[in-house]
Formats: sequence, structure tokens, C-alpha cells
Amino acid sequence: MKRLLIVILVAFALALSAAAFAIDPLPFKDNAQRDRFQHLTRELRCMVCQDESLLASNADFAKQLRRQIFDMMQQGKSDKEIKDWLVARYSTFILYDPPLAPSTIALWFGTPVILLAGGIVVVVLLRRRTRPARTLAEDLGDDW
Amino acid sequence: MNEVARKPIGRFVPLIVFAALVAFFVIGLVWNQTHDARFVPSPLIDKPAPEFRLPRLEQPTQFVTKADLLGKPYLINVFASWCFACGDEHPTLMAYRDKFGLPLIGYDYKDAPQDARAWLDRHGNPYHEVITDQSGDTAINFGVYGAPETYLIDAEGVIRYKHIGPLTPDVIAKELEPKIRALEQAGT
Repeated sequence: MKRLLIVILVAFALALSAAAFAIDPLPFKDNAQRDRFQHLTRELRCMVCQDESLLASNADFAKQLRRQIFDMMQQGKSDKEIKDWLVARYSTFILYDPPLAPSTIALWFGTPVILLAGGIVVVVLLRRRTRPARTLAEDLGDDW
Repeated sequence: MNEVARKPIGRFVPLIVFAALVAFFVIGLVWNQTHDARFVPSPLIDKPAPEFRLPRLEQPTQFVTKADLLGKPYLINVFASWCFACGDEHPTLMAYRDKFGLPLIGYDYKDAPQDARAWLDRHGNPYHEVITDQSGDTAINFGVYGAPETYLIDAEGVIRYKHIGPLTPDVIAKELEPKIRALEQAGT
């Protein structure tokens, strides 16, 4: 019984690992290169099916770009060089991690600024309320 | 109490904050209605078109290069026999091919040449020249990600305009024609 369980588990693990590499059989030099490839393509947008990464998408466009990225890796190109190559053709929209630029300032700093403003409002309200006990009662009664 | 004078304004603060939030949501909704997220502005506008060397559809042993086309402006229209929207665009191209006043070059994208030939035979050929990119590798240098796409390239080989999706009489009148006229003005 125990042996059967182990066999089932091993078969299951093999099936899972096969699925993880089913997308396209690219001949990577070693595991490190494969990991780097997967990490890189996960951060890139498939322009055709925009909510998928280049790694996950089965679209023809994604397959072709995966092939090109793979080829560039074999030529010894760095991640940055590959990303620059893609951005030159498809704009920064292809990056899931948007760079800091004039057009993305609101994206980068909008949330912290709003959070900070909200925090200031909360602190001011609390301070005002906790000053004298008499005002607290008034504030509670009048404002809320 | 002097508190009374201050209070009425304070009471409206939540309302003002709420109104601001509503304004953000409305702007977001309207923006989404009027902008198609699939149409990403190309970073290649006003940059030199990539070098290419692609076979002609009719004579696959002859190649057309970027250098061959320098000297006068031209249009490149990316299409494919498998591309549904290209069928929608096709009548517009047939109607306008001679009105553009410059060569319209068909760029057959990731397509089997015999399929492209059959498609053009069946629907009519709006192009003055058709080149084929079966692998689609050159198309990546152009930033192609969905057919149909149309490029306006000037006499120096610089991309002046790109339209993603089918050309319509409206798009031609409002966007493409003015760009072509501007090139003509600059050229004379």
C-alpha cells in the first residue's frame, strides 16, 4: 500500500513537471538559463493578448518573441539589452514593470501621496478630538 | 460659540471627497470607452523604418529592400489571408488605392504564399506591390503585433504614421490623408 502511494506520488510529480515545460521545447544550455528565461518572459506583456505574459501565452506572437528572446540569450545578450530591444519596437507597454518616467509619475507616486494625505487627515482628526474631553463630546455629537 | 461658524464648511468635506472620487471614476469610464487598450502608440514614429529584404509574392526569387523604395513616400499595409479584419478593410483599400497618390505595398504577414495569392485572386488585389514575410521576423522589427496595420513611410525611409486595425474612410480622411498631404508639402 505504501509503495503504491509512492508510485502514484512520483507519477503525479512527473506529470506536473512535464506540464511546466510543455509550452515550447527550447534547448536551454542549463537550468540557470531556463530560469532566467522564465523570469524574464514572465515580466513581459504579450501584446496580442494583453493580460497574459509572454511566458504564459500560447499566441503565435508570444511563441515568436519567446524564440527571439531565446536566440538573443544564446548570443549572450543581457536582460537589459533584450528589454531595450523589445521596448524600441513595442514601447514600454510591453514591460509589466513600468519604468519611472514623466508619464508614469502618477502611477508611481499617486498611491503613496494619497495614503499620506489620508494619514494626515486621520492624525489631525484624532488630535482635535483628544484635546479636551468637552470638545470630544461636542465633536461626536455634531459631526458624526 | 465660534465652533458654529467653522462647522458648516467641515460638514461638506466628505461630500467634496466623494465628488472627487466620483469624478475619477467617470474620467476612468469615459477614457476606457474612447480609448482602445489594444492600440498602443508605436515608438517607431519619426524613426527610420527597419531594414528589410523580403521576396515578392509573385516572383519569390526577387527581393525588395528598404533601399529599393527610398526616394518617394509609400504606404505599407500589413495583411494576411488568415486575418479576419483584413477582409473588412479590403473594400476600403480597393476604393482608395488610386486616391492615396503614392504606392500601396502589401505586406503579407505569416502567410503561405499560395494562400495569399488565392485570397488576392478572390477579393481583388489593391496593392501595387506585395512582399511576403513568412517567418514574421522582419515584422517584429516594424513592431507589428496584429494585422491589419498600415505604415506611412517618407522618401527618406522614416516612419511618419502608423495605424493599427482596419483603415476606414473616416480614419483615412482624418488621419492618413493629412499626413500624406503634409509630406507632399514638405517635398515640394
